[in-house]
Amino acid sequence: MTPVPAPQLIALDWWALGAVIALSAGAMLLLLLEFVPAKPGSSRAAVLSLLTLAISAAAVFVARDARRSIFDGMFVHDGFTVFFTLLFCAIGAVSVLLSWDYVRRTGIHHAEYYVLLLCATLGMIVMAASNDLITIFVGLELMSLGLYVLVGFRRAHLESNEAALKYFLLGAFASGFLLYGIALLYGATGTTSLTRMAAFLSESPLRGNPMFVAGGLLLLTGFAFKVAAVPFHMWTPDAYDGAPTSVTAFMSAGAKAAGFAALLRVGLTALGGMPAEWGPILSAIAILTMTVGNVTALLQTNLKRMLAYSSIAHAGYILVALVAGGRDGASAALFYLAVYSFMNLGAFGIVTMLGRGREERVLVSDLAGLGFRQPLVGLAMTVFMISLGGIPPTAGFMGKVYVFKVALGAGLVPLVIIGVLNSVVSVFYYLRVTVALYMQEPQGEPTEVSWAAPAVVALLVTLALTLWWGIQAHDLLLEAQRSVMGLL
Amino acid sequence: MREYIPVLLFLLVAFGFAAGTIALSSIIVPLRRNAVKNSAYECGVVPMGDARQRVAIKFYLVAVLFILFDIEAVFLYPWAVAFRQLGLYGLVEMALFIVVLFIGYVYLLKKRALEWE
Repeated sequence: MTPVPAPQLIALDWWALGAVIALSAGAMLLLLLEFVPAKPGSSRAAVLSLLTLAISAAAVFVARDARRSIFDGMFVHDGFTVFFTLLFCAIGAVSVLLSWDYVRRTGIHHAEYYVLLLCATLGMIVMAASNDLITIFVGLELMSLGLYVLVGFRRAHLESNEAALKYFLLGAFASGFLLYGIALLYGATGTTSLTRMAAFLSESPLRGNPMFVAGGLLLLTGFAFKVAAVPFHMWTPDAYDGAPTSVTAFMSAGAKAAGFAALLRVGLTALGGMPAEWGPILSAIAILTMTVGNVTALLQTNLKRMLAYSSIAHAGYILVALVAGGRDGASAALFYLAVYSFMNLGAFGIVTMLGRGREERVLVSDLAGLGFRQPLVGLAMTVFMISLGGIPPTAGFMGKVYVFKVALGAGLVPLVIIGVLNSVVSVFYYLRVTVALYMQEPQGEPTEVSWAAPAVVALLVTLALTLWWGIQAHDLLLEAQRSVMGLL
Repeated sequence: MREYIPVLLFLLVAFGFAAGTIALSSIIVPLRRNAVKNSAYECGVVPMGDARQRVAIKFYLVAVLFILFDIEAVFLYPWAVAFRQLGLYGLVEMALFIVVLFIGYVYLLKKRALEWE
C-alpha cells in the first residue's frame, strides 16, 4: 500500500462543488426548519427549495467554463456536468412549482416532500458528475431512495403504497445488477475510475473477455431499468400511476435524464464510445422500447398510464441516438433529453391541475370539452401532445430530427425506419387527447381545473421552452455539442 | 491459481469436519425416541401458534436507526487511527459527517421516532 498523501482543503474548487453543497445544505436546513412552527398554509418549504435550486444552478453557471477533477478524479466538473446540473435544477424547480398547490390540495403537504425532492435532485447531479463507478452508484441510490419515498407519499392511498413497493423492490433488484456489473468491471480492469479504466483498456483491449462483457451488460441492465427501457419497464406504468402526479412529472423527466447521463459518461469516457458488442443489444432494446411503449400506450384510457408508456417509447428514441454512438450521438441524446424533460413536465403538469381539492381526474375522457372551457389548458396540452408526437414546429420534432439524422449518418437505416413508423403510431394516441379536448362532450360532471399561480408559471415556462426550442433549436444543440466536447 | 490451494484445503477440512461429526454421531449415538424428544424445542416452552406473525414496525425503525449510528461509529475508528496523517482536513471532513448525522438525529428526536410507547 502506498501511503495516502494528506489531502488539502485548498485543493477543492468551491464553485465546482457549489451545486452539491447548496443542495445538501438546503435539504438539511429544510429538515430542521420543520420544527420551527410556521403559519398554517405557509409556502416557506417550497420557497426555500426554489431558492436552493437557484443557488445551485447559479454556482454551476458561474463556473461553467472551468474544468476540474476533484476528489482524486471521482467528481468532475466539465461541460457535461454543467449541462446536466442546469437541466436537473430546472427540472427540480419546475417540479417544485407544480407541487406547490398540488401537495396542499391533495393533503400531502409536508416539508419532507421538498427535502426528498432536493435530495433526489442532488443524486441526479452526482450521477451526471461522477467519474467513478462507485460515486455513480452513490448518486443513483441517493436519487432512487428519495424517489421510492416520494412515490409512496400519498400514504392513505393503496395505489400509492403499491407503486412505492413495486418501484422499491424492482429498483433494489436493479441496483443489485448494477453493483454486480461494477464488481465484474473492477475485476476485469482493476479500477472503478472511468479515466483509469479507459487507460487500461487502451493498453490491453479486453475484446470478448467474458468478465468484461458480462460486467458491461449488467451495468447496462441497471441503467436500462432506471431509464425504463423494455424489457426492464414493467414497474413504470404502476409507479407513475400510483405516485402523486407532481412526483410522476419529476421522476419521468429527472430519473430518465440521470440514467442516460451516467450511461453516456460511462460509455464515452471509460469504454471509448459504446462498445461494439453493445451495438446489436442496444438496437434490440431500442426497437423493443419504442414499439412496446407506443403500442401499449394506444390502449390506455388513463392519462398518467398513457404518458408512462409514452415515456418508455421516448427512452427508445434516445437509445437510437446511443446506438449511433460517438459524440454526435451523445449530443443528439442530450438535446432530446432536455427537450423531452420540459414537454413531459408540461404534460404531467396539466394533469396535476385537473380536479378540485382532493379529487383527481386522470382519465383521457375527463379532458372532454376542456379545450373550450379552459383555453390555456387546452392550448398548452395540445402543444405538449404535438411535441411529444414529434410534429413541427415544436421541440419534440427537432429532437427526433437530430436523433434520426445522427442514426442515418451512422448507417442505421432499419432503426430509423422503425423509429419513424413508431412516431406515426404515437401521433394517434397523442391526438386522441386533443380530440377529447376539443371534439368531445363531457360525460357526467365536467372536470374542474385547480388554478394556482406557481403551476401556471411552470406551465408557461415549459410551454415557452417547447415552442422556443422548436423554432430556435440550434442554440440548444450547440450547447449539447459543446458539453459533450468538454467531457473530461 | 496455485495460491488458492490453501483456501481449497481449508474448505475441504471445514466441510469434512462438519459432515464427519454428524455422520459419526448418527452412527454411535443410541436412539431412544419418545414424544417429548421429538417435539420442536423452543426455549423450553411448548411452542404455540405460527412463528410467522406480524412484528411491530417500531422494531424495524430502531434497527434501521441503529445501523445508521453504528456505521458512524465504524467510520470514526479508522479516522482516529489515521488522525495525524489526515490532519485538519480529516478533522473538518469528520466534523461535517457528524453534523449531517446529527441533523438526522435531531430530526428523529423531534419526530419522536425513539419513543417506544
